[in-house]
Amino acid sequence: MATLELRNVHKTYGAGLPDTLKDIQLAIKDGEFLILVGPSGCGKSTLMNCIAGLESISGGAILIDDEDVSGMSPKDRDIAMVFQSYALYPTMNVRDNIAFGLKIRKMSQTAIDEEVARVAKLLQIEHLLGRKPGQLSGGQQQRVAMGRALARRPKIYLFDEPLSNLDAKLRVEMRTEIKLMHQRLKTTTVYVTHDQIEAMTLGDKVAVMKDGIIQQFGTPQQIYNDPANLFVASFIGSPPMNFIPVRLMKQDGRVLALLDSGQARCELPLGVAADELEGREIILGVRPEQISLGAAEGNGMPAIRAEVQVTEPTGPDLLVFVTLNQTKVCCRLAPDVACRVGDSLNLQFDPARVLLFDAGSGERLDLAASGTAIKDNVTRFKGR
Amino acid sequence: MTSPVDKPALNLSRIAIHAVLLLAVLLYLVPLVVMLLTSFKTPEDIGSGNLLSWPAAFTGIGWAKAWATVNGYFLNSILITVPAVLISTAIGALNGYVLSMWRFRGSQLFFGLLLFGCFLPFQTVLLPASFTLGKLGLASTTSGLVLVHVVYGLAFTTLFFRNYYVSIPEALVKAARLDGAGFFTIFGRIILPMSTPIIMVCLIWQFTQIWNDFLFGVVFSSGDSQPITVALNNLVNTSTGAKEYNVDMAAAMIAGLPTLLVYVIAGKYFVRGLTAGAVKG
Amino acid sequence: MTTATARLRASPLDALQRWLPKLVLAPSMFIVLVGFYGYILWTFVLSFTTSTFLPTYKWAGLAQYARLFDNDRWWVASKNLLLFGGLFIGITLAIGVFLAVLLDQRIRREGFIRTIYLYPMALSMIVTGTAWKWLLNPGMGLDKLLRDWGWEGFRLDWLIDPDRVVYCLVIAAVWQASGFIMAMFLAGLRGVDQSIIRAAQLDGASLPRIYWTVVLPSLRPVFFSSLMILAHIAIKSFDLVAAMTAGGPGYSSDLPAMFMYSFTFSRGQMGMGSASAILMLGAILAIIVPYLYSELRGKRHD
Repeated sequence: MATLELRNVHKTYGAGLPDTLKDIQLAIKDGEFLILVGPSGCGKSTLMNCIAGLESISGGAILIDDEDVSGMSPKDRDIAMVFQSYALYPTMNVRDNIAFGLKIRKMSQTAIDEEVARVAKLLQIEHLLGRKPGQLSGGQQQRVAMGRALARRPKIYLFDEPLSNLDAKLRVEMRTEIKLMHQRLKTTTVYVTHDQIEAMTLGDKVAVMKDGIIQQFGTPQQIYNDPANLFVASFIGSPPMNFIPVRLMKQDGRVLALLDSGQARCELPLGVAADELEGREIILGVRPEQISLGAAEGNGMPAIRAEVQVTEPTGPDLLVFVTLNQTKVCCRLAPDVACRVGDSLNLQFDPARVLLFDAGSGERLDLAASGTAIKDNVTRFKGR
Repeated sequence: MTSPVDKPALNLSRIAIHAVLLLAVLLYLVPLVVMLLTSFKTPEDIGSGNLLSWPAAFTGIGWAKAWATVNGYFLNSILITVPAVLISTAIGALNGYVLSMWRFRGSQLFFGLLLFGCFLPFQTVLLPASFTLGKLGLASTTSGLVLVHVVYGLAFTTLFFRNYYVSIPEALVKAARLDGAGFFTIFGRIILPMSTPIIMVCLIWQFTQIWNDFLFGVVFSSGDSQPITVALNNLVNTSTGAKEYNVDMAAAMIAGLPTLLVYVIAGKYFVRGLTAGAVKG
Repeated sequence: MTTATARLRASPLDALQRWLPKLVLAPSMFIVLVGFYGYILWTFVLSFTTSTFLPTYKWAGLAQYARLFDNDRWWVASKNLLLFGGLFIGITLAIGVFLAVLLDQRIRREGFIRTIYLYPMALSMIVTGTAWKWLLNPGMGLDKLLRDWGWEGFRLDWLIDPDRVVYCLVIAAVWQASGFIMAMFLAGLRGVDQSIIRAAQLDGASLPRIYWTVVLPSLRPVFFSSLMILAHIAIKSFDLVAAMTAGGPGYSSDLPAMFMYSFTFSRGQMGMGSASAILMLGAILAIIVPYLYSELRGKRHD
């Protein structure tokens, strides 16, 4: 049980080479589940290796329970890790795999036996103890890998994309199981994944990374509802957020975004001061579920008629694709909506929930109401 | 999926293929058969018959005489080969372990430099090596030959293990480090138990290389410290006295038997070593 | 790599652990730097001195190389190498490929046949040389056998014929190495995607044609590594000559490796011997450097 804090962690593989990790700042409380998520090559696995001590950092500090462990070797950090490839020792049976770390730490044989039994029971792998890893299925190997981590009762668990080698069904099962396990054991956990669903479902805190930089750090809800930039907004959510380039119009001191579906136009009022957006190219971000079917006569909310081009029924939802401002836009509608390709739908937007991004920098633009809150999220840990 | 009409022609060509392969088998076997037949003949028998004529009577005198001549050198070869094989394999395993799992700045460069040793024509190092052995007091000793074989075997043994170990996932070492294991513990408890196939390949490769070596033997040894290959060559190429071909052939068989035996028993690893050493070397 | 802000608490044991990989590799690094490159340099230096029976470090410039090029025996050895190398490589490759293709036709007892083809590779060149010296013995070897079998006019005295003795070396060397090349190509053939062959069969190509135009061209890498290994064997060939002919009759079957040995160690011509060794190194470099270069470049394209 421990807190984990990263202070200005920096990593480069040599002078002149681009930084692998840049100024990483984050902190989690005892028992929290931290997700590091991002596309491959974003530095999330490197960061995890640095936390584990398998790679050294070039600058900054890593603190576990407020103690600087940056210079410590992995074995002294009291950390256990579950690897993507499981990394089970192929010549040892399951029992010895789980017991290996305990033996190295010179635990007594009876204590080892007890611990192995406890872990095996917890993970329901008692019947596998005598087998070699090569005789296990992928899911079983995954359990053993977790068992090996659990047996040591470390301060922190690290999971490096533990589910990515499993088939889709098993992945969902194991995801729930990991969550259950964490609720039961309440051990501080860092979990690396490139899967945004795992990130949303498992994490207490999520750090979205790209190019060695944390793009945003916050709760899953913050990440989803208040993404800090275009990258975070596009990475989290499935189907992804729609990004519609818009032209802005000033009218009576208000700013209006123009939408054009080819057969109709609509002016979406934005709650921002006009001069703030002067001369900038703007991208409108709308999640598919925030587009709804408007009543024919209108209810005061801006709406636009658009032609249905493709429909994708997923079961619980009906995804409808239309074109707005020459951009394909996905709308998530109720499955019982009757519509066919070629039909025209009256689509409604909630101006309070659309997001604005600067097309050049990709940064989220502060809407007067919610903007300050986002800034807070991003900078929360810089002050410490 | 051949049509019925094709069948007879196809069978004919298959018979031809088998015939050619079988003929080749016989041709490859001829030298061995000739050596064996000759070694069991008497000199008179050799004079009157031909290569493939059956011995008038099988006699062991050729073998007895050959063994009496070369047994000391046979022992030398064992004294040279066994330690040299074991030491060079052990060092190669450790080198390969470092070069694959514990890379550091410069280790790749070192590997490149070492690889060149697989191609090194030993003629370019013979003189300095003999000066060095002289300085070390190891000239004309079996220990000297052990040293030389270890040094110039390293390139291949390291290559074998390094290429084998790079295919082992690095996560295994990471996991063991987090479990608290150190450099040698990881090697001994995790990596080495996985290495049986490559250890076999390396042992067999080194055994055949060192047992069959002639160049180092003839340059770095003399008289009592000579390995069997040198002794065989001396025996066969002496120009004094009447040639006793039965003794020559028996001695050649004695020199060749250990490696032949290894090949027959562990041919799988022998071939793998040849192709691994060759293709990647 | 140092951690800028970390308060290092590493124990001496940890520090040792960090240095262990380098410590373990250090002896080998020493061996490679001294025993490989240092010694090559040393030989290189010797080739520019007047050394005879003992090394002396009196500068002779290129005199040893000049003497070498004036030496008729060196030229014989070099020409022999070209002849021997060319024939040995060509015939070995041809036989090896041929047998590999035949063996690839789902032959029963393939394992056994393969074992027979490959066993000569387990033998020392000295044993091979001894055996073939006997087989090619004029008057008692194959010479007599074929006459006994009824081929009255048969004569095989190449071993004592200065113009043909190199062919004897070729025969023995081909016997020893062709099985190995067969094994390499067979392994290569097993790696060829069977669907390519199926596709070509559907196109109506005959089996020999498929092998010649589709399968074998895809084995180019195997071909090149075989070529390189065989060239390497040819240049280093010393034991075979020593056992079969000792360079004779006269020095008509000399090879550079043999030349180097006898001038350096028997005739006390250390300087010239070193010069010949350096030229051998040059020949090997001329073969492997382009090979390695193309290998590495090919890998980068992957």
